[in-house]
Amino acid sequence: MKKIQIFGLVIIAVAIGIIVSTAGDASTYVDFSKAQEMASSGDNESIHVVGKLKKNTAGQILEMEYQPEVDPNYFTFTLIDNNNVAQKVVYKSTKPQDFDKSEQVVVIGKMQNGTFAAEKILMKCPSKYENGKLETTEATASKS
Amino acid sequence: MIHTTIGSAGHLLVIIAFVSALVATFAYFKAGMTNAAIDEQLTWKRFARVTYIVHVAAVLGVVFSLYWIIGNHYFEYHYAWKNSSLSLPTGYTISSFWQDQEGSFLLWIFWNVVLGSILIFSNRSWEAPVMTVFALVQAFLTSMILGVVIPGLDLKIGSTPFLLLKEVMPDIPVFKMDPNFVAADGQGLNPLLQNYWMVIHPPTLFLGFASTLIPFSFAIAGLWTKKIQEWIRPALPWALFSALVLGVGILMGAYWAYETLNFGSYWNWDPVENSSIVPWLVLVAAVHTMIIGRKNATALKTSFILTIATFILVLYSTFMTRSGILGNASVHSFTDLGLSGQLLIYLMTFVIGSIGILIYRWKSLPSDEEEVSTYSREFWIFIGATLLCLSGFQIIATTSIPVYNKIAELFGTVLNMALPADQIGHYNKFQLWFFSLIIILTGVGQFFWWKRVGKGKLQGLYNPLLISLLISAAVITVQGVKDIQYIALLTAAIFAVVANGTILLNIIRGNYNLSGGAITHIGVALMLIGILFSSAYTKVVSINNSGLMISRSEEFTSNDNKENKENITLWLNKPEKMGEYMLTWRDVRVEPRHIPSYIPKSWVDLIENDYHAVALRDIVVNDKKYNSKGDTLEIFPENFYYEIEYREPSGRVFNLFPRVQINEKMGGGGGIVSSPDINREIDKDLYTYVSMVTNPTAEPIWSQTENFTVNMADTFFVNDYVAILDNVVRVDSIDGVTLGEGDAAVKAMIRVLDNDHEYVISPSYVIRNQMVARKPEVNNDLGLRVMLQEINPQTGQFTFAVNTTQRDFIVMKATEKPLINILWLGTFVMTIGLIMATIRRFRDFIKMRDKEHIAASKNKDKMKPQAV
Repeated sequence: MKKIQIFGLVIIAVAIGIIVSTAGDASTYVDFSKAQEMASSGDNESIHVVGKLKKNTAGQILEMEYQPEVDPNYFTFTLIDNNNVAQKVVYKSTKPQDFDKSEQVVVIGKMQNGTFAAEKILMKCPSKYENGKLETTEATASKS
Repeated sequence: MIHTTIGSAGHLLVIIAFVSALVATFAYFKAGMTNAAIDEQLTWKRFARVTYIVHVAAVLGVVFSLYWIIGNHYFEYHYAWKNSSLSLPTGYTISSFWQDQEGSFLLWIFWNVVLGSILIFSNRSWEAPVMTVFALVQAFLTSMILGVVIPGLDLKIGSTPFLLLKEVMPDIPVFKMDPNFVAADGQGLNPLLQNYWMVIHPPTLFLGFASTLIPFSFAIAGLWTKKIQEWIRPALPWALFSALVLGVGILMGAYWAYETLNFGSYWNWDPVENSSIVPWLVLVAAVHTMIIGRKNATALKTSFILTIATFILVLYSTFMTRSGILGNASVHSFTDLGLSGQLLIYLMTFVIGSIGILIYRWKSLPSDEEEVSTYSREFWIFIGATLLCLSGFQIIATTSIPVYNKIAELFGTVLNMALPADQIGHYNKFQLWFFSLIIILTGVGQFFWWKRVGKGKLQGLYNPLLISLLISAAVITVQGVKDIQYIALLTAAIFAVVANGTILLNIIRGNYNLSGGAITHIGVALMLIGILFSSAYTKVVSINNSGLMISRSEEFTSNDNKENKENITLWLNKPEKMGEYMLTWRDVRVEPRHIPSYIPKSWVDLIENDYHAVALRDIVVNDKKYNSKGDTLEIFPENFYYEIEYREPSGRVFNLFPRVQINEKMGGGGGIVSSPDINREIDKDLYTYVSMVTNPTAEPIWSQTENFTVNMADTFFVNDYVAILDNVVRVDSIDGVTLGEGDAAVKAMIRVLDNDHEYVISPSYVIRNQMVARKPEVNNDLGLRVMLQEINPQTGQFTFAVNTTQRDFIVMKATEKPLINILWLGTFVMTIGLIMATIRRFRDFIKMRDKEHIAASKNKDKMKPQAV
């Protein structure tokens, strides 16, 4: 076999490795019931859940708690997923900016002891600069 | 008054630019057809050139019109209204220009026009085929801002920046009342973008994107006119130029993110960032294969593939960031303007066209007779280029996940794939090893390139290897690097510095012009070292150790104390220990426009919805008086700076001013945007930002009044603090006003005890001209307002009215980034190296061109007698 052919094969092997690993590392969008299922079956993968904040008829957010004067690294709220399942979410970092205004929230994390432990929060807020449009912001509880 | 002329002119010029680009494409295509007669070719060429000049003029006219609208604050235009405002400082009105999608397309079009004009003048022999590609790209780009609706089909082509506000939002009620309504002020520029980097980063980045078109055009022209090898000489300097500008543009963006955003980092693996770095990686690979492409047929073929791939990746990233396909995945992609279809056609035209012509010509490309030797420079450069491409492939494979979802949707399945939850881990897993290998190859490759080593004589590499192993061992020990992958990257990077440094010392004596490559490699190696330490060894300084977590104390200490507690709360003027520092939040400051310092917010009264403030006292900074009490001064209304005092154990004190931007006009609910402040030292940066504040523009909400009636020296409790009425004294003047005869004033001295601090609050009670006035005193540190309500002469008792409010606090985070300056040093070194390499290749090209030119004119002279 010529060197160039061996070389080509190695490259193809690495490329396949990259694709397989990307597919393996990729997270998925699920709902809370599925998230619970995954957690109880011992699946430790972090997943994405899309939902809306729990609000009363006046539009006030319910069951949201952040007391920086007590603990600035503890923020909790209730998220209702697309199947109308409500779930308490705990985010161990500061409350993201503009959180109250978000129309849609994506939480990334996993179920732990009955609550959803979020590592990252993505928010769709009404754009500050464009009326009627949504824009995405994100917050990460970075662990460095 | 509505200025319709300028908008109509702009719109018309866009249409002219589009049509002239189409005509120029066709004319240059005709001129480039080699089978036509020389005369006919020349006629077409002349015509094409004239059309192109019309195109250039039209584009410049469009740019001028849009700038005129923004610069003159014509808020009847949607673009000006949305992206600028009266209060915007002049420098930033330039940024308003490319803040939105249409403007950034226009910026791109503008750069293409500039580059195309340079090419026409500098390279006559390649003009026709190269400019065909150029003009076609221009036609596509101008179509994006065309804003023409095809009647009957209801098909909209492009989105024009010249729409009036009432054309964009015809439904808002004000236009029903007054069709000629003109907004008095615009929405303003996103405060995050009001930064000097945002004035130069986008033009640089777009010049980088635009210039990738040049090597691509030469490659296509080479295939078309069968100048299979000759295209490399004119294309190479431009490829280097493009790598330089795009690289610098990306790094500027990274630096802006580090300085302005609170990601806490210069790189966030955001899809928008990724899709700009991937074309750069492939471009750098292309530069390397082009250097050896004239000698080696495999490298020549690879050069074609990579040059084409670079441009297609630029188009792909344009498609991703502007079509809205990224949706949830990206923080800063543009919103969908309905151009997805058009962008897709643009992308597919060039994908199919360029791959088609490459396949068509593939057979006529040369092949190598012999297999390349492992000991040749070509072999090592080739491996390096391959690794660069694999690195890019890995990034784009992950970044494209939202695209896979869309494609699956088209085939009727639901994929529901999301980006990896731990993106940093995912990318690092590959990139760290790719770059360890790439950086080693830069050293090895240079040794082979300069023939310092070869088959049977590898001794040349022994010394650099030994030296770098010794240095690495020392650094690893001193810095305490423990992870094997970091040890690998560090050793590889140090080897690259030593090896390239050895080569540099060798060749710089001969001809420093040739040392660009070695210098660039050293720069990249330094960058990797800087990235390694500043990212992997970031230390969070603001660990929250206060014992307040009673409710969750168990959880707090569980899991090896690794719970996320990286933010701390600071109360106004209450020192808090953080790491080795003692931290105190001292004040909120505002930023006046014409004073070189921030001033305390309490010095001025901010005028709502304006960019002026009234001075409440004389404004004196550094012994210089800028304003007197009562003056109106200009300020940046969105910016608030939180003065945080850091006291080191040695007693040294420094202040940091992290910024919070509050824009009521935009946010509606007072959303905050925070930016860090950085204490820079040679070996590390201390990076601080505020993530939550009590709104500095809001009036405090006071609790219901509570009355306390006490005797002298009595103790009472206000808001859980112990308070003691120490004394009530008679005063002769209040607020600098001396009291007249028959007037009287007293001041109470109330001592309030906090944990480690005593405060004295002294409200006063005044009888003046037979009128009673009570002057309360507010203490922000305690959140208290105390008023001396009543004095009872009979009982000798005093009554105080007390209100309480939420004490002001901020939540902040501080991290230490070691050795980050090596990263910035590396970027400078890399930039210098690339500039040197670019200049060298331009010189080569010019020398050869002139030589050919002389040869050609000699030929002509010889031929003349025969022709006559």
